[in-house]
Amino acid sequence: MHGRVKIKSTAQQEEEKRKEREKKLKIYVAARDACFSKRKEGIWDDEALQLTQQLLSSNPDFATLWNYRREILMHLETVKEEDEVQKIYEAELSFLESCLKVNPKSYGSWHHRGWVSARLPRPDWARELSLCDRCLSLDDRNFHCWDYRRMVVKVSGVPVDQELGFTDRLIGSNFSNYSSWHYRSTLLPLLHPESPEPPSPRRERPHSSPPPSPQTHSHRVCEEQLLKEYELVQNAFFTDPNDQSAWFYYRWLLGRAEREEMISCVYVSREEERVAVAFSRPVNAQSVGLLLVLDGQPQRVEWRSVHPRFKHSPVWICDLPPGTISDITNEHNLTVHWTEKHTHRDCALYTGRAESWCRDSATDQELFRSELSIEKTSVLQSELQSCNQLQELEPLNKWCLLTIILLMRALDPLGYEKETLAHFQTLREVDATRSAYYSDLCSKFMIENTILKMEYAEVRVFSISDKHLTTLCHLDQLLLVTHINLSSNQLQRLPPQFAMLQCLEVLEVDNNCIESLEGVYHLPKLEELLLKNNKISTLADLQPLASCPKLKCLDLRGNPVTQTANIESALSELLPSVTDLLL
Amino acid sequence: MAAEDLPSEFDVVILGTGLAESVVAAAFSRVGQRVLHVDRRSYYAANWASFTFNGLLTWIQKQHEEESQPEEPQDWSSLVEEGEELIHLSNSDSSSISNVQVFCYTSEEEEEEEVEEKCLNTTEEERGGVDEVAVKETSETECAEPKEEMTEEADGTADREEEASHTEGQEPEADQPAPSAAQSQSVPTKKKISYAQLVKEGRRFNIDLVSKLMYSRGSLVDLLIKSNVSRYAEFKNVTRILTYRNGSVEQVPCSRADVFANRQLSVVEKRKLMRFLTSCVEETEEQQAYRGRPYLEFLRDQQLGDNLQHFLLHSIAMVTEDTPTEEGLASTRHFLRCLGRYGNTPFLFPVYGLGEIPQCFCRMCAVFGGIYCLRHSITCLLLDKDSNRCKAVIDSKGQRISCSHFVMEDGYVGADRKKLATPTRLISRAVLITDSSVLLSDSDQQVSMVTVPPIAAGCPAVRMVELCSSTMTCMPGTYLVHLTCQSVGSAYEDLSPVVTKMFRTAESPEQENCPSVLWCLYFNVTDGSGLEVEGYDLPSNVYVCSGPDAALGHDHAIKQAESIFQKILPDEDFCPPAPNPEDIIYDGDNPSSSTGEETEGAGEEAEGAGEEAEGAGEEEKQQESLQTEE
Repeated sequence: MHGRVKIKSTAQQEEEKRKEREKKLKIYVAARDACFSKRKEGIWDDEALQLTQQLLSSNPDFATLWNYRREILMHLETVKEEDEVQKIYEAELSFLESCLKVNPKSYGSWHHRGWVSARLPRPDWARELSLCDRCLSLDDRNFHCWDYRRMVVKVSGVPVDQELGFTDRLIGSNFSNYSSWHYRSTLLPLLHPESPEPPSPRRERPHSSPPPSPQTHSHRVCEEQLLKEYELVQNAFFTDPNDQSAWFYYRWLLGRAEREEMISCVYVSREEERVAVAFSRPVNAQSVGLLLVLDGQPQRVEWRSVHPRFKHSPVWICDLPPGTISDITNEHNLTVHWTEKHTHRDCALYTGRAESWCRDSATDQELFRSELSIEKTSVLQSELQSCNQLQELEPLNKWCLLTIILLMRALDPLGYEKETLAHFQTLREVDATRSAYYSDLCSKFMIENTILKMEYAEVRVFSISDKHLTTLCHLDQLLLVTHINLSSNQLQRLPPQFAMLQCLEVLEVDNNCIESLEGVYHLPKLEELLLKNNKISTLADLQPLASCPKLKCLDLRGNPVTQTANIESALSELLPSVTDLLL
Repeated sequence: MAAEDLPSEFDVVILGTGLAESVVAAAFSRVGQRVLHVDRRSYYAANWASFTFNGLLTWIQKQHEEESQPEEPQDWSSLVEEGEELIHLSNSDSSSISNVQVFCYTSEEEEEEEVEEKCLNTTEEERGGVDEVAVKETSETECAEPKEEMTEEADGTADREEEASHTEGQEPEADQPAPSAAQSQSVPTKKKISYAQLVKEGRRFNIDLVSKLMYSRGSLVDLLIKSNVSRYAEFKNVTRILTYRNGSVEQVPCSRADVFANRQLSVVEKRKLMRFLTSCVEETEEQQAYRGRPYLEFLRDQQLGDNLQHFLLHSIAMVTEDTPTEEGLASTRHFLRCLGRYGNTPFLFPVYGLGEIPQCFCRMCAVFGGIYCLRHSITCLLLDKDSNRCKAVIDSKGQRISCSHFVMEDGYVGADRKKLATPTRLISRAVLITDSSVLLSDSDQQVSMVTVPPIAAGCPAVRMVELCSSTMTCMPGTYLVHLTCQSVGSAYEDLSPVVTKMFRTAESPEQENCPSVLWCLYFNVTDGSGLEVEGYDLPSNVYVCSGPDAALGHDHAIKQAESIFQKILPDEDFCPPAPNPEDIIYDGDNPSSSTGEETEGAGEEAEGAGEEAEGAGEEEKQQESLQTEE
């Protein structure tokens, strides 16, 4: 009779394990040394293949050995028949499978597998796909496998609809998966491209010469499919509103086409003999082939950005040769060509006029809806309704609030202003760590609204005081503005972009926290700067103002700099043009 | 004489191989106690057993024979020493099973023409015949029926079975010849599996007497992991939770993925459900306010719609409409805690059936030296009058075996030793073999838990588990369906209304889109949770384990086993982790590596457990110990 068992003591076990480890290490080191010396001697034989296999199967992250192995295999390719090569590579694949079992995230193994698959005379892609599926079912975020899979899909030409089904499956089992959602966003435009819509009246304008290339809209999806996607993604964020992957996908779905590239404004000033050009996106005017034609004559001009800090800028200026347009009794016709994009904009400076411009307004361009869809308003409206429904259930969910804000902006930025502000307030409270982000975003939206209001009123006055602004943006849209009131906000600086305000005459920024005036730089028309109660502390901070030739009135009351000794004399030296100084 | 081969002294003698007894056996053996574990039956696991189809037919057969063999009280007075008293044990457990009824709805032969022929000439008479067969299987009250009938049946199992199936086979057509003929024409490709095939493929079935599931964070799973007994079995996830609602079977969304994928719920309902599921995990003041009030009321006040209330009450909490809130919340939380540990449902099911589980514990016991004898019983206890302790037992071979403790299944306790005449509660059970799933899906290999709320006032809530062939409990192309509820009437009375609503049978031929029942069995079994361990007049060192209870999980049996173990050995660890086979050294005469292999064999092979007991001279019995057929 047997069966009386004793359990080995842990010390005994430890000792045995230690011995075992030692033995293994000895074998490993010996094999490694053998491999290295063989490689040195340039031996590419079966034994080397054996040795590397032995080592790699216990440690698949040994890059040198994989390299050696590839050398051997490439050598074998030259000396063996195709059938034999096929066999060798097939064996390689099954060896790699065992390596992946040791470490499913081994760079070396996945790379080698890609290499082998590409060289295999008769690859079995279906098998590779099923391998990937198995790996992803064990860990749906294994990016090595995702990468390899992309390669397999590309090479083997898996139909797009099949791949979409694949993402369906992965999302179904766990929708917290950026990879799957993202993959979906690349597949849908291929499978369900947006049907070519009749061009909008705006695009029919005669001077925007070439028709929009089909590429512009290639990442859009047809509406029928979009509706299905909205439903799918809503299921995800209603199920778990805290999962961001679904929200990000939703934002992508709601996103619209990119802005058309064009010259959005040409401004000419007779007095300064200067032309300012605004583009739809920041460009480097020195390298995009910008051509200025004045009264039929191409002009040699020097384009410069508004601030030396910018290599790329949406606004560029140039000085015309002296005397070309200075006679007020002459009429001039100006054309700026953006040769690279085959687009241009004309501007006529009539007799007796000091300045002139030609532009598309932000309203015309629906510029501030650009982040969300150009879909029918009814679609967005119903999306807003579902989000509101969710928000009722989850009043403190940040993703939901943010999406609601975006939808409201796309629908009616001015009409929803009050709600938007309230939602931003909630967002700052529920997600305090990102409150600065929300404040900046809110500032951006408030500025957009103010621009819209200004355009509706057809004035060149931009006023946005007491709105908790923390940042400035869209300054390229303010190229023509003459009066700006930004008082009683939370601005800390007037950034370099501020230099785009080429027509600015009066700037009110009382009661902010401004420390830097970097952007008040070469503003040719600036006469009045009201800086009461800010945080300008040194004379050096005021240095940029010296570049504004017409500055006459400066209010510095309530700034630390006023406490500096001899401030008055220092200022009159720095800013000789200023005649009206308040300290 | 073989009896002499058994050692005459043990620390613990255990009678009965149900789950609790087997866990007790493993626990004692594991800490070095000498264990003798016997069962009067020819198979392991008592009322927790699994049978092949043919094994089940034999078991059905046996249920009638039991009563007919009253043990002749033998005179063991020669073995009684001075100051000792004999306590006779009951040797029949048949009282725990009652109301056995069998129906066969499939044809006996494979040939289709023959089926049609039969359906033309079947008559009402034959239907009557079936009922007779069924009713014969009797309720408790009929226990004392005339013996002749029983013995007659006992004569030829095969004959009787064939006869029964013959008549039964024709029965469905008897009621509805026309539609069934139409059916066979409209779906000519799908051949109905015949009774002959069921018998032929009988070994592919592992039909459990109990129907339970393992909560993935329940006490059984914890114990299996802790003790390493889990290495003796394999498990499958229950893949979906279903429920019967408004006349159809629906999937219950319980995990995040389920909720996301569900097509019936609106997005708002999804949000409400998810919010409830995540918020109910924590106790809130609001919940406190509902203490003592029905859970349903609480759910209603959470603004959950009818469907969500249904899911939460019946399928997730699995309670009734008047269950108090705190209880409903507790079981909801238990369900949710178990979710996601192994899959998208909270449950596991052992491959090859639940009957594996007690056997796994027996195996562990045997590996650590426990001795096993089946078809071997204990007939008497020897009570030391002074100490009121059981000093020894007398086995069915008349051997006196001394022991310090005695553990037994309650079925062996004589009626005279039961203190209270508490009316025993019963569980109603039905086992169906069907031809398709109650809810078709992409995969035909789903393991489904189906909750069926009371279909009418006064009816019990029924729990249904549908097993596919990959659980190794039924032949490919069939599903094994277990129905369970607390008895109100007989198993047939309780469960057949549900069966006819959800399946196509001879009684419900109109259910054309439902799975067809090929064969079914109804029976009642005593509810183990109704029997209190303390409710017996027995020596202080005798402990009683109850049979299966009606609950879905296994907590009752595991708790019982643990409490017995702790009463006897309060300072020992309950089922400590078993060492890996390679870490075991034998101090027998073969200390080399070969013994290691043997251990492994003992652990992994069914025969291994038997091998351990070879010395006990029960060789031939042992060899069939783990397989009930042949």
